Amino acid sequence: MNDSLILRTSAPLLLWLALAVSIFIVLRGHNAPGGGFLGGLIASAGILLYAIAHGRDRAMRRMRMAPVGLCGIGLLAALASGLLGFVTPDTPYLTHRWWFPGGGLALGTTIVFDLGVYLAVVGTVTAMFLPLLRK
Amino acid sequence: METLLAIAIGAVVTASVYLFLSRDLLRMLIGFILFGTSVNLAILLAGRIGPIRPPLVDPGAAALEAAANPLPQALILTAIVIGFGLTAFALVLVLKGHEALGTTSAEDMGEAEPVAATAPSTALPAPHRKAA
Amino acid sequence: MVDAPSWLLLAPLALAALAAVVAAFLPPRTAALLGAATAAAGFACYLAGLLALSEGGRITAPLMAVPSLGIGGGLAADGLSLLFAMLITGIGALIFLYSSAYLAHDPRLRRLAVMLLAFMLAMLGSVTADDVIVLFVFWEVTSLTSFFLVGFNHQDKGARQAALQALLVTGGGGLALLAGLVLVSSAAGTTSISGILAAREAVLAHPAAGPAMLLVILGCFTKSAQVPFHFWLPNAMAAPTPVSAYLHSATMVKLGVYLLARFNPLYQDEAAWQAILTWGGLATTATGAFLALRETDLKRVLAYTTVTGLGTLTMLIGIAPAQAAIAAVTFLIVHAFYKAALFLVAGIVDHETGQRDISRLGGLGRSMPLTAAAAVLAALSMAGLPPFVGFVAKELVYEVKIEGGDLAAVLLAVGFLVNAAMVAIAGVLSLRLFFGPLRPTPKAPHDPGFAMLAGPLLLAVLGLLAGSLPGLLGARLVDPAATAILGRPADAALALWHGLNPVLALSAATVAAGALLFVCWGRLVPRLRGLAFIDLLGPAAAYERGLAWTIATAERCTRAIQHGSLRGYLRTLFAVTAVAVLATLLFRGGLALPAFDPTGLDARALAFIGLIVGAVASATAPTVFIAVISMGLVGFATAIIFLVFGAPDVAFTQFAVETLLVVIFAAALVHLPIRRRSRRTGPERATDAVIAAATGLATTLLLLAVLATPYDRRLADWFGAESFPAAHGRNVVNVILVDFRALDTLGEITVLALAAFAVTALLRRGQEGKTP
Repeated sequence: MNDSLILRTSAPLLLWLALAVSIFIVLRGHNAPGGGFLGGLIASAGILLYAIAHGRDRAMRRMRMAPVGLCGIGLLAALASGLLGFVTPDTPYLTHRWWFPGGGLALGTTIVFDLGVYLAVVGTVTAMFLPLLRK
Repeated sequence: METLLAIAIGAVVTASVYLFLSRDLLRMLIGFILFGTSVNLAILLAGRIGPIRPPLVDPGAAALEAAANPLPQALILTAIVIGFGLTAFALVLVLKGHEALGTTSAEDMGEAEPVAATAPSTALPAPHRKAA
Repeated sequence: MVDAPSWLLLAPLALAALAAVVAAFLPPRTAALLGAATAAAGFACYLAGLLALSEGGRITAPLMAVPSLGIGGGLAADGLSLLFAMLITGIGALIFLYSSAYLAHDPRLRRLAVMLLAFMLAMLGSVTADDVIVLFVFWEVTSLTSFFLVGFNHQDKGARQAALQALLVTGGGGLALLAGLVLVSSAAGTTSISGILAAREAVLAHPAAGPAMLLVILGCFTKSAQVPFHFWLPNAMAAPTPVSAYLHSATMVKLGVYLLARFNPLYQDEAAWQAILTWGGLATTATGAFLALRETDLKRVLAYTTVTGLGTLTMLIGIAPAQAAIAAVTFLIVHAFYKAALFLVAGIVDHETGQRDISRLGGLGRSMPLTAAAAVLAALSMAGLPPFVGFVAKELVYEVKIEGGDLAAVLLAVGFLVNAAMVAIAGVLSLRLFFGPLRPTPKAPHDPGFAMLAGPLLLAVLGLLAGSLPGLLGARLVDPAATAILGRPADAALALWHGLNPVLALSAATVAAGALLFVCWGRLVPRLRGLAFIDLLGPAAAYERGLAWTIATAERCTRAIQHGSLRGYLRTLFAVTAVAVLATLLFRGGLALPAFDPTGLDARALAFIGLIVGAVASATAPTVFIAVISMGLVGFATAIIFLVFGAPDVAFTQFAVETLLVVIFAAALVHLPIRRRSRRTGPERATDAVIAAATGLATTLLLLAVLATPYDRRLADWFGAESFPAAHGRNVVNVILVDFRALDTLGEITVLALAAFAVTALLRRGQEGKTP
């Protein structure tokens, strides 16, 4: 890649922006357009941009973890989110639980599941495409 | 409207199959992506095009009313991501193949299944005339 | 109707099964002797059953019922079954005894004993089964055990090929038999053999009655080595001699005859049945006799005479009169006695002299007198001389032929020549081998021990005794069996002396002609062997060509279908799919072409244009890079379509994916040759375009057909209604993904993760290769 000062300067900013937006998209996904798949893709796009600007190795270092590790965590999170379904005998696996702390807020294990999807998508996309970039 | 979309999908399928049949693996890959896109559109169409409101339950309402069909959308959403993963996998394979064999032509990558190599005929020789 | 306890039928099978398992852990010789004891015990059971049998009665026992498949199962034994079962166990006992000495110092004797026990079990099951499916299973097991026994010397390539040939011929016939049995039992509405015979009218009235009969005959003809399937039997002589004597002379090859006899009550009045059996049998006798005269190898000579014997049996079943059935049963017993005896003698000669070529043997009688005695007695029976039982049988056969109506002349002429040949061969096997000048052999000949002599001597003497007392044989053995063949009571008046009649004259003439042939044998054989065209034109050559053709065709098919060209696979795949969809829509209905309605169009249709333009541009792009850009156009147009048709989630995902794809492709193309043009030739482009257009057309028409059908909204409405109350989510798409169908989503991200793992492993391997 040709060095571009603008890109190099803006990439870290854009990375944080992309990550923030992606988390927001995941969190609101249950009630408005968004969700784990979309959020994961947006986060991946941010990381990819950063990798293009600063090189693959720096991007890998900033992730602090091998991309497949993210995949694993995501899968485990999604798997674990369904375990609470076993608490009551007549509900099957992946029956989500909800907690209503008041003020119209509803927190469910669905959010854990969606975050799992998010991490799996980020892990997959980065695992596949970071190696394609030149150092 | 639906008819026109069906025709457009047919056009994308035609282009994708034409690319699919190319000898060049990269073109095949593009054909593969286009094929996936056309299938996604076909699922959308098969779920019928009705109201264009997104399938979001209005605040205050309990059930979805007069909105687009959510079911095909859920199917397509995962299909897009899965197709994306598959494409990426295929792309890495093409790259590795090019790295190892120096070609992106499927016909030249003959190592796994050699076309020209003919195994020796396994026809049995004449029966023994003398019993053992 | 039940004459004897059912355990008499079950015990021999159970004993054989148990003995086969136990024998596998015994010392070889003990294993063979256990086999002899098992067979003898089985013989005792069947004998007890026969003695307890009333006229026309049968013994039944339950076995192998599978009600869920409509298989009633069960064993049943009438006179015919018991006769076969006694031959199998009786001769079997002698064979086991003989084997224990024949392979005395061979560690493979244990394997032989186990295989023979398994074979005996299958044979007994076949002849006592009262259910066609049970019968078929046992029938196939006999083919399988025969395969292993013929290929016993598995280091020998010839033995392996002979085993394969026997398996392919009898196994192929077995398939025909299965088809025939299924047709017959579906016509009869039962798989029980007695039920099928009882439902005679229904079976014969069935539309597929003719093919069913032909298939059954085909199965029996292959098993019993009838022309044109006779060629496998001489080759099967690659088996050890006790096996040849047992399987390929006395028992297994008679299984086809057994089944023909079993189904004779069903078909005996059918003209086709009579014609095929009579003429097929006659052709087989002639072929066997002629080919036997071309051979000098002891076992192959015997094999061809066995073919003749089997042909005689088939022919006799095909000839309608009651006397023929009696003749068939009598000949069956006689043949089993003398042919088994002669095979065992041949084995002794081979074993003791190391020589099997008749033309190099002679004068053995001085050094092996007991063997010579057995050979002469058996040969006299084979030649049909009085007072041997062979004489009784031959008289009967001639009598039947004389009464054979219009066919009498042909039957008699062929029968006369065949019998003369048999007389000559009987002479060769006894006089030439054991008398006259002694010829040097690889080993010094001497009589073998008791175990090997017991069989041939006992069988030969039995032939003499039975001939002297034919009435006993008739009342106890022949009548019940002939009754079963005819389906009505038969009374055999077996006698040694019928008085001076044309039959006796014919017999005398036969012996005279045979004697003449015997004298000329030494000069005749080389002449007949010289006729090489017979080897080239026979069915054996056809089998070889057929096998080679099958293998070559399979290879060609594999090369045509599994050609290894990805492009070729895809062309086939798309062409077949397009044709299948279009043909279904055109010919099976469902084609729906809506009228074009411009009022329904709005600005959203512009996105479709983007779709089409992008598709055309990517297909016709001169370089890959332009194709990638065009692909991006299609992707964004698709995203817009999703957006304007109320699918924002999908649209945003599509946007994100499309962006990533284009960027990533661009990154990947740095590594790849992007400017190269497509290398398809003009005609290839044309056919590809046709296939692509057909697929596209099929897709469009299919979608239009789908749109013309009413849409079932239940599922969509349920999700819409339940999303917020049950899952507390207002975005129905997301609720479906993470809650209602969460398990599916879990599966999908698992697939994604696996793809990521695979890519990581793939890339890492490459890097390790580069930097060791």
